[in-house]
Amino acid sequence: MLKTFSKGGIHPPENKFSVDKAIEVLPLPQKVSIPIAQHIGAPATPVVNKNDEVKTGQIIAKSAGFVSTNIHSSVSGKVVKIDKIVESSGYKKTSVVIEVKGDEWVETIDRSLDLKKEITIEQSDIINKILDAGIVGLGGATFPSHVKLSVPKGKKAEILIINGVECEPYLTSDHRLMLEKGEEVLVGTKILMKALGVTKAIIGIENNKKDAIEHLISLSKEYDGIEVNALKVKYPQGGEKQLIQALINREVPSGGLPIDVGAVVHNVGTAYAVYEAVQKNKPLFERVVTVTGDSIQKTSNFIARIGTPVSELIEAAGGKPDDTGKIVSGGPMMGKALNSLDAPVTKGTSGILLFPENKAHRKETKPCIRCAKCVSVCPMGLEPFLLMTLTQKRLFDKVEKENALDCIECGSCSYTCPADRPLLDYIRLGKSNVSQIIRSRNKK
Amino acid sequence: MSTQLTISPSPHISADSSIPKLMYGVIIALMPAFFVSIYFYGIGALLITFTAIVSCILFEFLIQKYLLKSKISISDGSAILTGLLIAFNVPGSLPLWIVVIGSLVAIGIGKMSFGGLGSNIFNPALVGRVFMLISFPVQMTSWPKPRILDFSFTDAITGATPLALVKEGLKNGEQFHDIISKAGISYSDMFIGNLGGSLGEISALALLIGGIYLLMKKIISWHIPVSVLGTMFVFSGILWLTNKNIYADPVFHLLTGGALLGAIYMATDMVTSPMTPKGQIIFGVGIGILTILIRAFGAYPEGVSFAILIMNAFVPILNIYTKPKRFGEIKIQSKE
Repeated sequence: MLKTFSKGGIHPPENKFSVDKAIEVLPLPQKVSIPIAQHIGAPATPVVNKNDEVKTGQIIAKSAGFVSTNIHSSVSGKVVKIDKIVESSGYKKTSVVIEVKGDEWVETIDRSLDLKKEITIEQSDIINKILDAGIVGLGGATFPSHVKLSVPKGKKAEILIINGVECEPYLTSDHRLMLEKGEEVLVGTKILMKALGVTKAIIGIENNKKDAIEHLISLSKEYDGIEVNALKVKYPQGGEKQLIQALINREVPSGGLPIDVGAVVHNVGTAYAVYEAVQKNKPLFERVVTVTGDSIQKTSNFIARIGTPVSELIEAAGGKPDDTGKIVSGGPMMGKALNSLDAPVTKGTSGILLFPENKAHRKETKPCIRCAKCVSVCPMGLEPFLLMTLTQKRLFDKVEKENALDCIECGSCSYTCPADRPLLDYIRLGKSNVSQIIRSRNKK
Repeated sequence: MSTQLTISPSPHISADSSIPKLMYGVIIALMPAFFVSIYFYGIGALLITFTAIVSCILFEFLIQKYLLKSKISISDGSAILTGLLIAFNVPGSLPLWIVVIGSLVAIGIGKMSFGGLGSNIFNPALVGRVFMLISFPVQMTSWPKPRILDFSFTDAITGATPLALVKEGLKNGEQFHDIISKAGISYSDMFIGNLGGSLGEISALALLIGGIYLLMKKIISWHIPVSVLGTMFVFSGILWLTNKNIYADPVFHLLTGGALLGAIYMATDMVTSPMTPKGQIIFGVGIGILTILIRAFGAYPEGVSFAILIMNAFVPILNIYTKPKRFGEIKIQSKE
């Protein structure tokens, strides 16, 4: 029996069309727009001005607080403006727009493709290196990685968990990365272990990626303390709390963090970025992005520079199919629908997903028949139907009492509802109201 | 970019499930029992089923169109299912006009007066059945004898259900096993369906096949059927062990009357059953206990319908007091 998390979960059609497509380097765009807020926390402070010449890998915005991180130029060229540009959220966010000229990298970056296994960096320097390189959680949550590595006083990290689950349908970027850069991921894992001072790491991979599991298992024999575990295919196993429970059977307490049970979770993409930052001195300015969809000509996995307009990726994948009705940044379960193809690739962009018009729309909402499917699929043991009703009635004290803030917004409830009720929309609304109420209560 | 892009929050995909799919799933599961009813009760079974379904659809349509002036939802399959279940809960010789009245009560009072699908508190088919049972007690308890593949219209010889026979016999001071052997009903007859009873409840075998289908298709979960039948078995077993002469044995209880039909198809009605597994088990145990109490000590020989309706009334409170176990329920202790 393969391991998995115990509560709820769904198994949507996997549709991993691009699984056999090797990672290709996307041609440089003519212009990039790099938002200064690509992570959870305070937006970075720009340190370049209009008309400045920048090199690839040069820092262009500095971390503005503990929960924040650096932003680097992904190209070489001239800063043409620092202005509000529409990005994947649909809002306009301050971005540094750079016109591309050549591709001149900062000299300190080691551009060779040689694998560098030996870890020479001091433990105490790793966290700063990761902050310098602007690394955030590349699974999509974009939480600054150095924060996760800074274990709070009184807590102790016992185990590092590397998330190679990629439970979102369609996406294959992590899968390809594990296959093609497996050894780098393992070295990155070792560095993360060193940073945390732990001797054990588990890489969790869902069993629909058997080749990646075998590959990493055979490689991991050389790496002490790293274990690779196959997991039963079940969404949302990539959720931190679900993955921890699946792998080491510990339940992160409500309102708590993984460190409360001695675990720290990082994505495989993050481990790879850490490898590049520490071993190659290369900051995070490019990432693997899956471009896929039901009618796209050439589903692909690209390595794309941050700031590249989404339109360029779609062009490289054979162009936008005529029937396109919706474009999602990320996976189909948790991704964001884009309102503009000019939106740039950011650190959190794991995929670009094109839905044909006939799959772009929601189905009509029908009355709740109290089938309790939402209750049975909720991985957090919540009652989505109830949270929706309570939010509709604006009974936010009850919404709070019913643990709405535990919701990880995986969307399993909305996905599974036979009456096509927008459960998660209302839960989000309820959560934001509850958060507001808690904030104002704490002020008093 | 000229094309319009759709913007909506995640998730962007949804499962291939719908209310009609669930309803038709239950209807498919009831087909074996339907064929058994035709096999034993012939054309009468067919006519009653047809009448009940057509009247349920018609009444729902008329009420939605002229009284509520709301969207017509007769295609969602739930009116068909209610009709089918009404037919399954009446004797094969029931006059059709009573079926029509029962359907009106089921749809009109049981379902639409609460606001339609999803809002009703009580199982509509059972509301209809209990209304008919109380209003037309004679017709509702005249059971034609099963006659295999007989499609003639001759007035059937009326028999009685095993439960009624036992109730009557025990009242007259006879002993349980004497009554059973005198009536000549074997347990295998009960299992196959060769006994007097409502159209859909007679064949334990057919109902179990449909139940397995429902479980496999994940339309129902095991909690309610198992807790209802398990409780009935244990509770009636305890009574039977205390006195084997005046109480029926547990297998008899499970195979007769509406036990299986009720436990698998009626108590599991999504709208009128609890939302959490814990609640569903309490609900099921309640139905099991009430059924045996009514059968053993009540005035009626059969109690499943009443038991379900009574427990339906407890569903809202069960939903409030039974919560699923939350992930990470133990709150973190605030550190010094």
